[in-house]
Amino acid sequence: MSTLLDPTSELQPAQREAIPRPQSLSEKRVALLDISKPRGDVFLDHLEARLGELGVDARRYSKPTFTRVAPVDLKQQIVSECDVVIEALAD
Amino acid sequence: MLVPVDFTGFIAVVKRDCATCRLIEPVFRELMIGAALQIHSQDDPSFPDSIDDVIDERALELSYRLEIEIVPTLIQFQDGEERARLVGWKRDEWRRLTEMTALGEALPEYSPGCGSKSVEPGMPEKLAYKFGDTPLKARRVEAASQQDEHELMFERGWSDGLPLVPPTEDRALKTLAGTTRSPSEIIGIIPPDNAPCTVEKVAINAVMAGCKPEYFPVVLAAVEAACLDEFCMHGVLATTYFSAPIVIVNGPIVDKIGLNWGHNVLGQGNRANSTIGRALQLVIRNVGGGRPGGVDRATLGQPGKVGFCFAEREHDSYWESLAVERGFTADESTVTLFAGGGVHPVGDQKSRQPESLTRSLALTLRTVYHSKVFGRTDALLVVSPENMRVFREAGWSKARFREALDEALTVAGDEVVAGAARIDEGMPPHLADIRLSKFRPGGLLIVHAGGGAGMWSAVITGWAGSGPKGSVPVTVAIKS
Repeated sequence: MSTLLDPTSELQPAQREAIPRPQSLSEKRVALLDISKPRGDVFLDHLEARLGELGVDARRYSKPTFTRVAPVDLKQQIVSECDVVIEALAD
Repeated sequence: MLVPVDFTGFIAVVKRDCATCRLIEPVFRELMIGAALQIHSQDDPSFPDSIDDVIDERALELSYRLEIEIVPTLIQFQDGEERARLVGWKRDEWRRLTEMTALGEALPEYSPGCGSKSVEPGMPEKLAYKFGDTPLKARRVEAASQQDEHELMFERGWSDGLPLVPPTEDRALKTLAGTTRSPSEIIGIIPPDNAPCTVEKVAINAVMAGCKPEYFPVVLAAVEAACLDEFCMHGVLATTYFSAPIVIVNGPIVDKIGLNWGHNVLGQGNRANSTIGRALQLVIRNVGGGRPGGVDRATLGQPGKVGFCFAEREHDSYWESLAVERGFTADESTVTLFAGGGVHPVGDQKSRQPESLTRSLALTLRTVYHSKVFGRTDALLVVSPENMRVFREAGWSKARFREALDEALTVAGDEVVAGAARIDEGMPPHLADIRLSKFRPGGLLIVHAGGGAGMWSAVITGWAGSGPKGSVPVTVAIKS
Protein backbone atom coordinates (compact mmCIF):
# COMPACT_ATOMS: atom_id res chain seq x y z
CA MET A 1 0.00 0.00 0.00
CA SER A 2 1.36 3.41 -0.88
CA THR A 3 0.48 6.83 0.45
CA LEU A 4 0.12 9.71 -1.96
CA LEU A 5 -0.31 13.44 -1.33
CA ASP A 6 -3.48 15.05 -2.61
CA PRO A 7 -2.50 17.55 -5.33
CA THR A 8 -5.86 19.33 -5.32
CA SER A 9 -7.14 22.33 -3.39
CA GLU A 10 -9.09 19.87 -1.19
CA LEU A 11 -12.07 22.18 -1.44
CA GLN A 12 -14.46 19.49 -2.66
CA PRO A 13 -17.64 21.45 -2.14
CA ALA A 14 -20.76 19.38 -1.56
CA GLN A 15 -22.74 18.70 -4.70
CA ARG A 16 -25.19 21.52 -5.14
CA GLU A 17 -28.39 20.97 -7.08
CA ALA A 18 -29.35 23.67 -9.54
CA ILE A 19 -32.51 25.44 -8.41
CA PRO A 20 -35.55 24.41 -10.47
CA ARG A 21 -36.25 26.42 -13.59
CA PRO A 22 -39.27 28.69 -13.26
CA GLN A 23 -42.40 27.33 -14.94
CA SER A 24 -43.33 30.80 -16.12
CA LEU A 25 -41.72 34.24 -16.39
CA SER A 26 -44.86 36.07 -15.33
CA GLU A 27 -44.27 38.18 -12.26
CA LYS A 28 -40.52 37.52 -12.62
CA ARG A 29 -37.91 40.23 -13.10
CA VAL A 30 -35.53 39.06 -15.81
CA ALA A 31 -31.89 40.20 -16.14
CA LEU A 32 -30.45 40.12 -19.66
CA LEU A 33 -26.70 39.93 -19.20
CA ASP A 34 -24.37 40.84 -22.04
CA ILE A 35 -20.84 39.52 -21.35
CA SER A 36 -19.42 41.95 -23.94
CA LYS A 37 -18.71 39.45 -26.67
CA PRO A 38 -19.39 40.49 -30.26
CA ARG A 39 -23.07 40.25 -31.27
CA GLY A 40 -24.24 39.39 -27.77
CA ASP A 41 -26.24 42.62 -27.98
CA VAL A 42 -27.99 41.42 -31.16
CA PHE A 43 -29.19 38.28 -29.38
CA LEU A 44 -30.32 40.20 -26.30
CA ASP A 45 -32.08 42.87 -28.39
CA HIS A 46 -34.22 40.11 -29.89
CA LEU A 47 -34.90 38.54 -26.52
CA GLU A 48 -35.78 41.87 -24.96
CA ALA A 49 -38.27 42.57 -27.72
CA ARG A 50 -39.87 39.11 -27.39
CA LEU A 51 -40.08 39.39 -23.61
CA GLY A 52 -41.56 42.88 -23.96
CA GLU A 53 -44.33 41.45 -26.18
CA LEU A 54 -45.07 38.96 -23.39
CA GLY A 55 -45.21 41.74 -20.82
CA VAL A 56 -42.16 40.47 -18.94
CA ASP A 57 -40.08 42.94 -16.92
CA ALA A 58 -36.64 42.58 -18.56
CA ARG A 59 -33.60 44.66 -17.64
CA ARG A 60 -30.24 44.95 -19.37
CA TYR A 61 -26.84 44.45 -17.73
CA SER A 62 -23.37 44.02 -19.13
CA LYS A 63 -19.99 42.85 -17.93
CA PRO A 64 -17.08 45.25 -18.61
CA THR A 65 -15.19 42.47 -20.41
CA PHE A 66 -15.90 38.87 -21.30
CA THR A 67 -12.39 37.87 -20.30
CA ARG A 68 -13.01 38.07 -16.58
CA VAL A 69 -15.63 36.94 -14.15
CA ALA A 70 -18.35 39.46 -13.39
CA PRO A 71 -17.45 42.08 -10.78
CA VAL A 72 -18.99 41.48 -7.37
CA ASP A 73 -20.93 44.77 -7.58
CA LEU A 74 -22.63 43.67 -10.79
CA LYS A 75 -23.55 40.26 -9.37
CA GLN A 76 -25.00 41.87 -6.25
CA GLN A 77 -26.95 44.40 -8.34
CA ILE A 78 -28.49 41.62 -10.44
CA VAL A 79 -29.32 39.52 -7.39
CA SER A 80 -31.02 42.44 -5.71
CA GLU A 81 -32.96 43.58 -8.77
CA CYS A 82 -33.93 40.37 -10.58
CA ASP A 83 -35.23 36.82 -10.15
CA VAL A 84 -33.93 35.22 -13.35
CA VAL A 85 -30.82 35.77 -15.48
CA ILE A 86 -30.48 35.11 -19.18
CA GLU A 87 -26.88 35.41 -20.32
CA ALA A 88 -25.62 35.88 -23.87
CA LEU A 89 -22.58 33.64 -23.61
CA ALA A 90 -20.79 33.56 -26.92
CA ASP A 91 -20.39 35.17 -30.27
CA MET B 1 14.37 11.96 24.15
CA LEU B 2 17.01 9.71 22.71
CA VAL B 3 19.66 11.40 24.82
CA PRO B 4 18.63 11.59 28.51
CA VAL B 5 18.32 15.18 29.74
CA ASP B 6 20.98 14.70 32.37
CA PHE B 7 23.33 12.55 30.28
CA THR B 8 26.98 13.31 30.75
CA GLY B 9 29.47 11.30 28.73
CA PHE B 10 30.03 10.28 25.08
CA ILE B 11 27.81 9.06 22.30
CA ALA B 12 29.43 7.27 19.38
CA VAL B 13 27.62 6.51 16.12
CA VAL B 14 29.16 3.73 14.03
CA LYS B 15 28.44 1.13 11.38
CA ARG B 16 30.04 -2.24 10.66
CA ASP B 17 30.37 -1.36 7.00
CA CYS B 18 32.90 1.37 7.87
CA ALA B 19 36.55 0.29 7.97
CA THR B 20 37.49 3.09 10.36
CA CYS B 21 34.71 2.08 12.77
CA ARG B 22 36.10 -1.45 12.77
CA LEU B 23 39.64 -0.12 13.17
CA ILE B 24 38.88 1.85 16.32
CA GLU B 25 36.94 -0.91 18.12
CA PRO B 26 39.73 -1.11 20.77
CA VAL B 27 39.38 2.63 21.38
CA PHE B 28 35.75 2.16 22.41
CA ARG B 29 36.79 -0.52 24.90
CA GLU B 30 39.39 1.81 26.42
CA LEU B 31 36.93 4.67 26.52
CA MET B 32 34.26 2.62 28.31
CA ILE B 33 36.61 2.09 31.21
CA GLY B 34 37.06 5.80 31.91
CA ALA B 35 33.76 7.39 30.88
CA ALA B 36 30.07 6.86 30.16
CA LEU B 37 29.83 5.78 26.53
CA GLN B 38 26.80 4.90 24.41
CA ILE B 39 27.53 3.20 21.10
CA HIS B 40 24.83 3.36 18.43
CA SER B 41 25.29 1.01 15.47
CA GLN B 42 23.55 1.98 12.23
CA ASP B 43 23.69 -1.32 10.36
CA ASP B 44 24.31 -4.14 12.84
CA PRO B 45 23.51 -4.06 16.58
CA SER B 46 26.05 -6.86 17.18
CA PHE B 47 28.86 -4.51 16.13
CA PRO B 48 31.30 -3.80 17.72
CA ASP B 49 31.47 -7.53 18.58
CA SER B 50 33.58 -7.09 21.69
CA ILE B 51 31.20 -4.62 23.34
CA ASP B 52 27.94 -5.40 25.09
CA ASP B 53 24.95 -3.11 25.21
CA VAL B 54 25.39 -1.61 21.74
CA ILE B 55 22.26 0.37 20.91
CA ASP B 56 20.39 -0.62 17.75
CA GLU B 57 20.37 2.48 15.52
CA ARG B 58 19.04 0.82 12.37
CA ALA B 59 15.98 3.09 12.48
CA LEU B 60 18.44 6.02 12.23
CA GLU B 61 16.36 8.29 14.46
CA LEU B 62 19.27 9.42 16.62
CA SER B 63 21.44 9.90 13.54
CA TYR B 64 18.72 12.04 11.99
CA ARG B 65 18.11 14.12 15.11
CA LEU B 66 21.81 14.66 15.82
CA GLU B 67 22.48 15.39 12.13
CA ILE B 68 25.15 12.72 11.83
CA GLU B 69 26.86 12.89 8.42
CA ILE B 70 29.94 10.76 8.97
CA VAL B 71 30.70 7.63 10.97
CA PRO B 72 32.36 7.27 13.35
CA THR B 73 31.08 10.39 15.09
CA LEU B 74 31.93 10.95 18.75
CA ILE B 75 29.85 13.51 20.62
CA GLN B 76 30.57 14.76 24.11
CA PHE B 77 27.51 15.58 26.25
CA GLN B 78 27.30 17.53 29.50
CA ASP B 79 23.96 17.38 31.34
CA GLY B 80 22.19 16.42 28.11
CA GLU B 81 23.78 19.25 26.07
CA GLU B 82 26.21 18.66 23.22
CA ARG B 83 29.63 20.16 23.98
CA ALA B 84 31.90 18.86 21.23
CA ARG B 85 31.91 16.52 18.26
CA LEU B 86 34.58 14.60 16.34
CA VAL B 87 34.23 12.72 13.04
CA GLY B 88 36.50 10.01 11.67
CA TRP B 89 39.58 8.98 13.60
CA LYS B 90 42.20 11.61 14.47
CA ARG B 91 44.12 10.28 17.42
CA ASP B 92 45.24 13.65 18.81
CA GLU B 93 41.75 15.09 18.73
CA TRP B 94 40.21 12.02 20.36
CA ARG B 95 42.87 12.10 23.09
CA ARG B 96 42.32 15.82 23.73
CA LEU B 97 38.53 15.49 23.93
CA THR B 98 38.54 12.39 26.12
CA GLU B 99 41.53 13.56 28.21
CA MET B 100 42.97 10.03 27.77
CA THR B 101 46.56 10.57 26.76
CA ALA B 102 47.28 7.00 25.70
CA LEU B 103 44.07 6.41 23.75
CA GLY B 104 44.52 4.34 20.60
CA GLU B 105 48.26 3.94 21.05
CA ALA B 106 48.46 0.96 18.69
CA LEU B 107 46.41 2.62 15.96
CA PRO B 108 47.47 4.88 13.10
CA GLU B 109 47.20 8.63 13.74
CA TYR B 110 44.50 9.19 11.19
CA SER B 111 41.79 7.31 9.35
CA PRO B 112 38.90 9.03 7.57
CA GLY B 113 35.28 8.13 8.31
CA CYS B 114 32.53 6.95 5.99
CA GLY B 115 29.16 8.44 5.07
CA SER B 116 26.40 8.00 7.61
CA LYS B 117 23.51 5.78 6.53
CA SER B 118 21.20 8.65 7.47
CA VAL B 119 22.47 10.77 4.58
CA GLU B 120 22.38 8.14 1.85
CA PRO B 121 20.45 9.34 -1.24
CA GLY B 122 16.76 9.79 -0.46
CA MET B 123 17.19 8.93 3.22
CA PRO B 124 17.03 12.47 4.73
CA GLU B 125 13.57 12.97 3.20
CA LYS B 126 12.37 9.55 4.39
CA LEU B 127 13.66 10.23 7.91
CA ALA B 128 12.13 13.72 7.94
CA TYR B 129 8.76 12.21 7.20
CA LYS B 130 9.18 9.21 9.53
CA PHE B 131 10.23 11.15 12.59
CA GLY B 132 7.54 13.76 12.48
CA ASP B 133 9.47 16.72 11.22
CA THR B 134 7.61 16.69 7.93
CA PRO B 135 6.11 20.05 7.10
CA LEU B 136 3.64 18.48 4.67
CA LYS B 137 0.02 19.33 5.33
CA ALA B 138 -1.66 17.82 2.26
CA ARG B 139 -4.37 15.23 2.74
CA ARG B 140 -3.04 11.69 2.42
CA VAL B 141 -4.57 9.40 -0.17
CA GLU B 142 -4.01 5.71 0.49
CA ALA B 143 -3.87 3.28 -2.39
CA ALA B 144 -5.46 -0.03 -1.43
CA SER B 145 -3.23 -3.10 -1.41
CA GLN B 146 -4.50 -4.38 -4.76
CA GLN B 147 -4.78 -0.94 -6.33
CA ASP B 148 -2.37 0.33 -8.97
CA GLU B 149 -1.37 3.80 -7.82
CA HIS B 150 -1.00 4.95 -11.42
CA GLU B 151 -4.59 4.01 -12.15
CA LEU B 152 -5.68 5.68 -8.90
CA MET B 153 -4.22 8.97 -10.10
CA PHE B 154 -6.04 8.74 -13.43
CA GLU B 155 -9.30 7.79 -11.70
CA ARG B 156 -9.07 10.76 -9.37
CA GLY B 157 -8.69 13.09 -12.33
CA TRP B 158 -5.23 14.32 -11.41
CA SER B 159 -3.73 13.56 -14.83
CA ASP B 160 -3.63 15.59 -18.02
CA GLY B 161 -3.92 12.29 -19.88
CA LEU B 162 -0.30 11.22 -19.53
CA PRO B 163 1.22 9.10 -16.75
CA LEU B 164 2.24 10.92 -13.56
CA VAL B 165 5.04 10.39 -11.08
CA PRO B 166 3.30 9.30 -7.82
CA PRO B 167 3.49 12.22 -5.35
CA THR B 168 4.87 10.51 -2.27
CA GLU B 169 6.02 12.34 0.85
CA ASP B 170 9.71 11.80 0.19
CA ARG B 171 9.47 12.99 -3.41
CA ALA B 172 7.59 16.12 -2.32
CA LEU B 173 10.18 16.81 0.37
CA LYS B 174 12.99 16.43 -2.16
CA THR B 175 11.26 18.91 -4.44
CA LEU B 176 10.70 21.33 -1.55
CA ALA B 177 14.45 21.17 -0.89
CA GLY B 178 14.82 22.96 -4.25
CA THR B 179 13.64 26.23 -2.68
CA THR B 180 14.25 28.15 0.51
CA ARG B 181 10.57 29.14 0.64
CA SER B 182 8.32 27.74 3.34
CA PRO B 183 6.01 24.91 2.25
CA SER B 184 3.10 26.72 3.87
CA GLU B 185 3.63 30.00 2.02
CA ILE B 186 0.66 30.88 -0.17
CA ILE B 187 2.06 32.00 -3.48
CA GLY B 188 -1.14 32.76 -5.32
CA ILE B 189 -4.85 32.27 -5.82
CA ILE B 190 -5.36 29.79 -8.63
CA PRO B 191 -8.25 30.21 -11.04
CA PRO B 192 -10.87 29.12 -11.87
CA ASP B 193 -11.78 27.95 -8.35
CA ASN B 194 -9.75 30.82 -6.83
CA ALA B 195 -8.09 28.32 -4.51
CA PRO B 196 -5.18 29.48 -2.34
CA CYS B 197 -2.06 27.62 -3.46
CA THR B 198 0.81 26.83 -1.11
CA VAL B 199 4.39 26.11 -2.10
CA GLU B 200 3.66 22.54 -0.93
CA LYS B 201 0.80 22.10 -3.41
CA VAL B 202 3.02 23.34 -6.22
CA ALA B 203 5.69 20.84 -5.14
CA ILE B 204 3.20 17.96 -5.24
CA ASN B 205 2.14 18.87 -8.76
CA ALA B 206 5.77 19.42 -9.81
CA VAL B 207 6.55 15.88 -8.62
CA MET B 208 3.67 14.50 -10.68
CA ALA B 209 4.83 16.46 -13.74
CA GLY B 210 8.29 14.85 -13.46
CA CYS B 211 10.28 17.90 -12.33
CA LYS B 212 13.67 17.64 -10.65
CA PRO B 213 14.05 19.67 -7.43
CA GLU B 214 16.31 22.17 -9.16
CA TYR B 215 13.50 23.07 -11.57
CA PHE B 216 11.23 24.01 -8.68
CA PRO B 217 12.12 27.73 -8.42
CA VAL B 218 11.18 28.11 -12.11
CA VAL B 219 7.86 26.35 -11.53
CA LEU B 220 7.12 28.59 -8.54
CA ALA B 221 7.89 31.70 -10.58
CA ALA B 222 5.63 30.47 -13.38
CA VAL B 223 2.77 29.88 -10.94
CA GLU B 224 3.28 33.31 -9.39
CA ALA B 225 3.25 34.91 -12.82
CA ALA B 226 0.06 33.06 -13.79
CA CYS B 227 -1.64 34.46 -10.68
CA LEU B 228 -0.93 38.09 -11.60
CA ASP B 229 -4.16 39.87 -12.36
CA GLU B 230 -2.90 41.32 -15.63
CA PHE B 231 -2.15 37.84 -17.00
CA CYS B 232 -5.81 36.92 -16.54
CA MET B 233 -5.28 33.17 -16.23
CA HIS B 234 -8.99 32.64 -15.71
CA GLY B 235 -9.80 34.04 -19.14
CA VAL B 236 -6.85 32.31 -20.80
CA LEU B 237 -8.23 29.01 -19.47
CA ALA B 238 -11.93 29.63 -20.02
CA THR B 239 -11.71 30.90 -23.58
CA THR B 240 -12.88 28.94 -26.61
CA TYR B 241 -9.59 30.07 -28.24
CA PHE B 242 -6.35 28.03 -28.29
CA SER B 243 -4.53 29.77 -25.47
CA ALA B 244 -2.26 28.34 -22.81
CA PRO B 245 0.41 29.88 -20.61
CA ILE B 246 3.70 29.61 -22.51
CA VAL B 247 6.71 29.80 -20.18
CA ILE B 248 9.81 31.54 -21.57
CA VAL B 249 12.88 31.37 -19.35
CA ASN B 250 15.82 33.79 -19.45
CA GLY B 251 19.04 34.15 -17.48
CA PRO B 252 21.71 32.03 -15.82
CA ILE B 253 19.28 29.41 -14.52
CA VAL B 254 18.72 28.18 -18.08
CA ASP B 255 22.08 26.44 -18.33
CA LYS B 256 22.18 25.54 -14.65
CA ILE B 257 19.14 23.30 -14.95
CA GLY B 258 19.61 22.28 -18.58
CA LEU B 259 16.67 24.00 -20.26
CA ASN B 260 16.74 23.64 -24.04
CA TRP B 261 17.26 26.74 -26.19
CA GLY B 262 18.67 24.88 -29.21
CA HIS B 263 17.57 22.14 -31.56
CA ASN B 264 13.86 21.30 -31.36
CA VAL B 265 13.48 24.03 -28.75
CA LEU B 266 9.70 24.15 -29.13
CA GLY B 267 9.43 20.37 -29.30
CA GLN B 268 9.76 17.32 -27.12
CA GLY B 269 12.72 15.54 -25.58
CA ASN B 270 14.11 17.80 -22.87
CA ARG B 271 13.05 17.01 -19.32
CA ALA B 272 13.20 20.58 -17.97
CA ASN B 273 11.24 22.06 -20.88
CA SER B 274 8.63 19.32 -20.85
CA THR B 275 8.03 19.12 -17.11
CA ILE B 276 8.15 22.77 -16.02
CA GLY B 277 5.38 23.77 -18.40
CA ARG B 278 3.43 20.67 -17.45
CA ALA B 279 3.77 21.42 -13.73
CA LEU B 280 2.14 24.82 -14.22
CA GLN B 281 -0.74 23.24 -16.13
CA LEU B 282 -1.19 20.56 -13.46
CA VAL B 283 -1.39 23.27 -10.77
CA ILE B 284 -4.15 24.97 -12.76
CA ARG B 285 -5.89 21.64 -13.25
CA ASN B 286 -5.61 20.25 -9.74
CA VAL B 287 -5.38 23.26 -7.43
CA GLY B 288 -7.40 25.61 -9.60
CA GLY B 289 -9.88 23.01 -10.82
CA GLY B 290 -9.48 24.05 -14.47
CA ARG B 291 -10.36 21.11 -16.67
CA PRO B 292 -11.22 20.70 -20.34
CA GLY B 293 -14.95 20.65 -20.79
CA GLY B 294 -15.32 22.29 -17.38
CA VAL B 295 -14.16 25.87 -17.15
CA ASP B 296 -11.63 25.17 -19.93
CA ARG B 297 -13.96 25.74 -22.90
CA ALA B 298 -11.38 25.52 -25.72
CA THR B 299 -13.06 24.60 -28.98
CA LEU B 300 -9.98 22.93 -30.43
CA GLY B 301 -7.10 23.52 -28.01
CA GLN B 302 -3.54 22.73 -29.06
CA PRO B 303 -0.78 20.29 -28.01
CA GLY B 304 1.07 22.98 -26.01
CA LYS B 305 -1.72 22.91 -23.45
CA VAL B 306 -0.05 19.86 -21.87
CA GLY B 307 2.79 22.24 -21.06
CA PHE B 308 4.84 24.69 -23.10
CA CYS B 309 8.16 25.93 -21.79
CA PHE B 310 11.40 26.88 -23.49
CA ALA B 311 14.44 29.07 -23.02
CA GLU B 312 15.84 31.90 -25.10
CA ARG B 313 19.16 31.31 -26.89
CA GLU B 314 21.06 34.16 -25.29
CA HIS B 315 24.77 33.31 -25.53
CA ASP B 316 25.15 34.11 -29.25
CA SER B 317 22.18 36.40 -29.77
CA TYR B 318 22.80 39.68 -31.58
CA TRP B 319 19.84 41.26 -29.82
CA GLU B 320 19.03 42.00 -26.19
CA SER B 321 17.00 39.22 -24.65
CA LEU B 322 13.28 39.27 -24.00
CA ALA B 323 13.94 39.72 -20.28
CA VAL B 324 16.28 42.67 -20.85
CA GLU B 325 13.72 44.29 -23.13
CA ARG B 326 11.24 43.88 -20.31
CA GLY B 327 13.39 45.67 -17.75
CA PHE B 328 15.54 42.97 -16.16
CA THR B 329 19.33 42.62 -16.28
CA ALA B 330 21.09 39.89 -18.24
CA ASP B 331 22.31 38.21 -15.04
CA GLU B 332 18.82 37.90 -13.55
CA SER B 333 16.86 34.72 -14.13
CA THR B 334 13.27 35.33 -15.14
CA VAL B 335 10.09 33.67 -16.30
CA THR B 336 7.87 35.35 -18.86
CA LEU B 337 4.36 34.04 -19.42
CA PHE B 338 2.68 34.55 -22.76
CA ALA B 339 -0.90 33.47 -23.37
CA GLY B 340 -0.17 31.63 -26.58
CA GLY B 341 -1.66 29.26 -29.10
CA GLY B 342 0.07 26.88 -31.46
CA VAL B 343 3.27 27.23 -33.46
CA HIS B 344 3.07 28.52 -37.03
CA PRO B 345 6.23 28.07 -39.09
CA VAL B 346 7.69 30.74 -41.35
CA GLY B 347 9.87 29.44 -44.18
CA ASP B 348 11.93 31.82 -46.27
CA GLN B 349 14.93 30.21 -47.98
CA LYS B 350 15.80 33.15 -50.23
CA SER B 351 15.88 36.39 -48.21
CA ARG B 352 19.47 37.51 -47.53
CA GLN B 353 18.60 41.14 -46.89
CA PRO B 354 16.89 42.29 -43.70
CA GLU B 355 14.24 44.31 -45.54
CA SER B 356 13.07 41.23 -47.47
CA LEU B 357 13.16 38.91 -44.47
CA THR B 358 11.25 41.42 -42.35
CA ARG B 359 8.49 41.59 -44.96
CA SER B 360 8.40 37.77 -45.06
CA LEU B 361 8.01 37.51 -41.30
CA ALA B 362 5.37 40.24 -41.35
CA LEU B 363 3.26 38.29 -43.85
CA THR B 364 2.88 35.41 -41.40
CA LEU B 365 2.54 37.67 -38.37
CA ARG B 366 -0.37 39.34 -40.10
CA THR B 367 -2.29 36.03 -40.12
CA VAL B 368 -2.40 35.90 -36.30
CA TYR B 369 -6.06 35.50 -35.32
CA HIS B 370 -7.12 36.64 -38.82
CA SER B 371 -5.41 38.59 -41.59
CA LYS B 372 -8.08 41.27 -41.37
CA VAL B 373 -8.19 41.63 -37.59
CA PHE B 374 -5.74 44.22 -36.24
CA GLY B 375 -4.79 45.29 -32.74
CA ARG B 376 -6.63 42.46 -31.05
CA THR B 377 -4.18 39.59 -30.64
CA ASP B 378 -0.58 39.61 -29.44
CA ALA B 379 2.11 37.40 -30.96
CA LEU B 380 5.39 35.79 -30.03
CA LEU B 381 8.00 35.66 -32.79
CA VAL B 382 10.77 33.07 -32.36
CA VAL B 383 13.70 34.03 -34.60
CA SER B 384 16.10 31.20 -35.42
CA PRO B 385 19.89 31.65 -35.54
CA GLU B 386 20.02 31.46 -39.34
CA ASN B 387 17.36 34.13 -39.68
CA MET B 388 19.07 36.28 -37.05
CA ARG B 389 22.31 36.06 -39.03
CA VAL B 390 20.72 38.17 -41.76
CA PHE B 391 20.01 40.95 -39.29
CA ARG B 392 23.41 40.64 -37.60
CA GLU B 393 25.30 40.87 -40.89
CA ALA B 394 23.33 43.97 -41.83
CA GLY B 395 23.88 45.51 -38.41
CA TRP B 396 20.17 45.73 -37.59
CA SER B 397 19.41 46.22 -33.91
CA LYS B 398 16.27 44.74 -32.37
CA ALA B 399 14.78 48.24 -32.26
CA ARG B 400 15.39 48.74 -35.97
CA PHE B 401 13.88 45.35 -36.74
CA ARG B 402 10.82 46.21 -34.67
CA GLU B 403 10.44 49.52 -36.48
CA ALA B 404 10.61 47.85 -39.91
CA LEU B 405 8.19 45.13 -38.82
CA ASP B 406 5.72 47.68 -37.56
CA GLU B 407 5.89 49.51 -40.86
CA ALA B 408 5.28 46.27 -42.77
CA LEU B 409 2.36 45.47 -40.49
CA THR B 410 0.57 48.81 -40.82
CA VAL B 411 -2.14 48.92 -43.46
CA ALA B 412 -4.86 51.20 -44.74
CA GLY B 413 -8.04 50.58 -42.79
CA ASP B 414 -10.19 50.14 -45.88
CA GLU B 415 -8.20 46.99 -46.79
CA VAL B 416 -9.24 45.23 -43.61
CA VAL B 417 -12.67 46.51 -42.60
CA ALA B 418 -15.54 44.05 -42.45
CA GLY B 419 -16.66 43.22 -45.98
CA ALA B 420 -13.37 44.20 -47.65
CA ALA B 421 -12.03 41.49 -49.98
CA ARG B 422 -15.58 40.07 -49.84
CA ILE B 423 -14.91 38.69 -46.37
CA ASP B 424 -17.36 39.56 -43.61
CA GLU B 425 -14.74 39.33 -40.88
CA GLY B 426 -12.71 42.46 -40.33
CA MET B 427 -12.38 45.75 -38.52
CA PRO B 428 -15.32 48.07 -37.79
CA PRO B 429 -16.28 50.26 -40.80
CA HIS B 430 -15.50 53.54 -39.05
CA LEU B 431 -11.78 52.64 -39.19
CA ALA B 432 -11.73 52.57 -43.00
CA ASP B 433 -9.98 55.93 -43.36
CA ILE B 434 -7.12 55.46 -40.91
CA ARG B 435 -3.98 53.34 -40.93
CA LEU B 436 -4.02 50.37 -38.57
CA SER B 437 -1.18 48.52 -36.82
CA LYS B 438 -1.38 44.77 -36.49
CA PHE B 439 -0.14 44.75 -32.91
CA ARG B 440 -0.91 46.99 -29.96
CA PRO B 441 2.16 48.64 -28.33
CA GLY B 442 3.93 45.89 -26.35
CA GLY B 443 1.90 43.22 -28.08
CA LEU B 444 4.73 41.59 -30.05
CA LEU B 445 7.35 39.57 -28.17
CA ILE B 446 10.55 38.59 -29.98
CA VAL B 447 12.98 35.90 -28.80
CA HIS B 448 15.99 34.15 -30.33
CA ALA B 449 15.93 30.36 -30.11
CA GLY B 450 16.49 27.15 -32.04
CA GLY B 451 19.18 24.99 -33.57
CA GLY B 452 22.02 26.37 -35.65
CA ALA B 453 20.82 25.14 -39.03
CA GLY B 454 17.53 25.97 -40.74
CA MET B 455 16.12 29.16 -42.22
CA TRP B 456 12.94 28.92 -40.23
CA SER B 457 11.31 31.10 -37.67
CA ALA B 458 8.07 30.61 -35.80
CA VAL B 459 5.03 32.70 -35.02
CA ILE B 460 3.00 31.84 -31.95
CA THR B 461 -0.38 33.45 -31.77
CA GLY B 462 -1.50 35.21 -28.62
CA TRP B 463 -4.93 35.05 -27.08
CA ALA B 464 -7.86 36.60 -28.89
CA GLY B 465 -8.39 38.62 -25.73
CA SER B 466 -4.92 40.19 -25.63
CA GLY B 467 -4.34 43.56 -23.97
CA PRO B 468 -5.14 45.30 -20.70
CA LYS B 469 -8.78 44.18 -20.75
CA GLY B 470 -7.69 40.58 -21.22
CA SER B 471 -4.19 39.13 -20.88
CA VAL B 472 -0.86 40.89 -21.19
CA PRO B 473 2.53 39.09 -21.01
CA VAL B 474 4.09 39.14 -17.57
CA THR B 475 7.69 38.67 -16.41
CA VAL B 476 8.82 37.81 -12.88
CA ALA B 477 12.22 37.17 -11.33
CA ILE B 478 12.98 33.59 -10.28
CA LYS B 479 13.67 33.46 -6.54
CA SER B 480 15.75 30.80 -4.85
